[in-house]
Amino acid sequence: MKISKKEVEHVAHLARLTLTEEELEKMTGQLDNLLSYVAKLDELDTSQVAATTHVFPVSNAFREDVEKESLSQVEALANGPQHNGVTFLVPKII
Amino acid sequence: MNPYELTISQALKKMDTGELSAVELTQSCLDRIDAVDKDVRAFISVDRQGALFQAENADRQRKAGQGGRLCGIPLSVKDLLSTKGCRTTCGSKILENYIPPYDATVVQKIKEAGAVILGKTTMDEFAMGSTSESCAFGVPRNPWKKGYVAGGSSGGSAVSVASCECPGSLGSDTGGSIRQPASLCGIVGMKPTYGRVSRYGLTAFASSLDQVGPLCRTVEDCALMMNVICGYDEMDSTSVKQDVPAFSLSLTEGLEGLTVGVPLEYFTEGLDVEVQNIIRNSIEVLRKKGARIVDVSLPHTEYCVAVYYLIAPSEASSNLARYDGVLYGYRDMEADTLLDMYKQTRSKGFGAEVKRRILIGTYALSSGYYDAYYKKASQVRTLILNDFKTTFQSCDVLISPVTPTPAWKMGENTEDPLAVYLSDILTISANLAGIPGMSVPGGFTTEGLPVGVQLQAAHFQEEKLLKTGFNLEQGLGLEQRKLDI
Repeated sequence: MKISKKEVEHVAHLARLTLTEEELEKMTGQLDNLLSYVAKLDELDTSQVAATTHVFPVSNAFREDVEKESLSQVEALANGPQHNGVTFLVPKII
Repeated sequence: MNPYELTISQALKKMDTGELSAVELTQSCLDRIDAVDKDVRAFISVDRQGALFQAENADRQRKAGQGGRLCGIPLSVKDLLSTKGCRTTCGSKILENYIPPYDATVVQKIKEAGAVILGKTTMDEFAMGSTSESCAFGVPRNPWKKGYVAGGSSGGSAVSVASCECPGSLGSDTGGSIRQPASLCGIVGMKPTYGRVSRYGLTAFASSLDQVGPLCRTVEDCALMMNVICGYDEMDSTSVKQDVPAFSLSLTEGLEGLTVGVPLEYFTEGLDVEVQNIIRNSIEVLRKKGARIVDVSLPHTEYCVAVYYLIAPSEASSNLARYDGVLYGYRDMEADTLLDMYKQTRSKGFGAEVKRRILIGTYALSSGYYDAYYKKASQVRTLILNDFKTTFQSCDVLISPVTPTPAWKMGENTEDPLAVYLSDILTISANLAGIPGMSVPGGFTTEGLPVGVQLQAAHFQEEKLLKTGFNLEQGLGLEQRKLDI
């Protein structure tokens, strides 16, 4: 086994997901399958190979620091599931 | 011929001569949607009023001698692209009621060119899939054979074009999501070079792989749409400043002096015999058109699926962290604490495939596993990129199948995700390497299912792809088959 149910449960917590017992069972099997498959990458010696995270390395795509029009408060809040017209509302934190 | 059957170029000519109006064309497409969409399910939403309003505008512009390159052309748009004031669900329950306050750059560009947006198309949830079956709002069907998948993730876009509900569509391609449904539905689809087309307003799945591109019925139309959507955009920090050639102008050039490579690793066991024959036939067509054919090798092909299914979910797990029920989208209102609100919102809002990929990605990026999975995959990605760089020193265009098989039955492999992931083997390397690729119809199987031919080229060589695709299309001269819908 590459991954245990307990590990999947922990990863789910990190990803802010709750899995039912049935989902947990199924996902563990499917993840284990996939992780066994991707282990084929270990066939390759990559100790001297640089990683590619982006095909064309871009660094610091700056723009001029000038004011531009942005969304109005009304527009920004419009899709909020709960707001009071000024801010988004969430369940009490402290 | 009904107006809805016209290609973009044909419709533009008829509108230029005044033989057809944008309103007539748009109404014809809307009627076609009313007649067939219940069977093919290409659309999540159709904006009838908005479309006719835009068409009236286009007619006014035409009368005044104005209007852009797509003036009056009805198009569909994948529901992953932001459309201002028009619901954008990404095929997910979590965004069921989301109405974007802005247009994606590509949407703005087609609007400026005068296109009429008919509606938003069905797709795999957040573009994660190869059949569009994970769409929360209807699953598109292959118009060529009942009960068969349309492909994905831009399945609805491909079906809308193949079913003549519209002559063109905008889709997105992270691992084959334009080329594969185009192939399975018998139309043309292109994934441009990474950075060629702005991703601003394209809901992020895997940011280093995602690219927007056109789906249409002819290579000529593809060239036309490419010239409308390509170009640098300051709103996308990975957009590349590179001149965009007038693609339509070089289509009719011959293939003398062009070298076409046949990658050995793309013709392995598991490749359907009929698919293989259609590709071999296409190779002969290109040879007759003057191209030199050579065998080439991309030795790391067998590692592409493993690399992709670590990198794409890793990026996805990070990108999809934003769906937390706070700023937009679905929220579970029953949860008492913030943590529970996050967990319940995401658990109820996301479907199984999205959850699976978030879990894979979170695991691959988590402390202790990062080096073994994400970093390792990124290193092998370099080897894959180098394979292409070496190969394109000795050839201009690669020819291969798009998928190892034609379309398969709906509902197959839903319990075995890895089996479906493996079917992406021929398309995902283009995304990992950032190179352009396209699918051009190559023929039909004896069962009547379409098979596409994949063409790939070096970075920013879309012109070569379109020219080769045009020659292939002309050389094959496939009969126009009629759908029985």
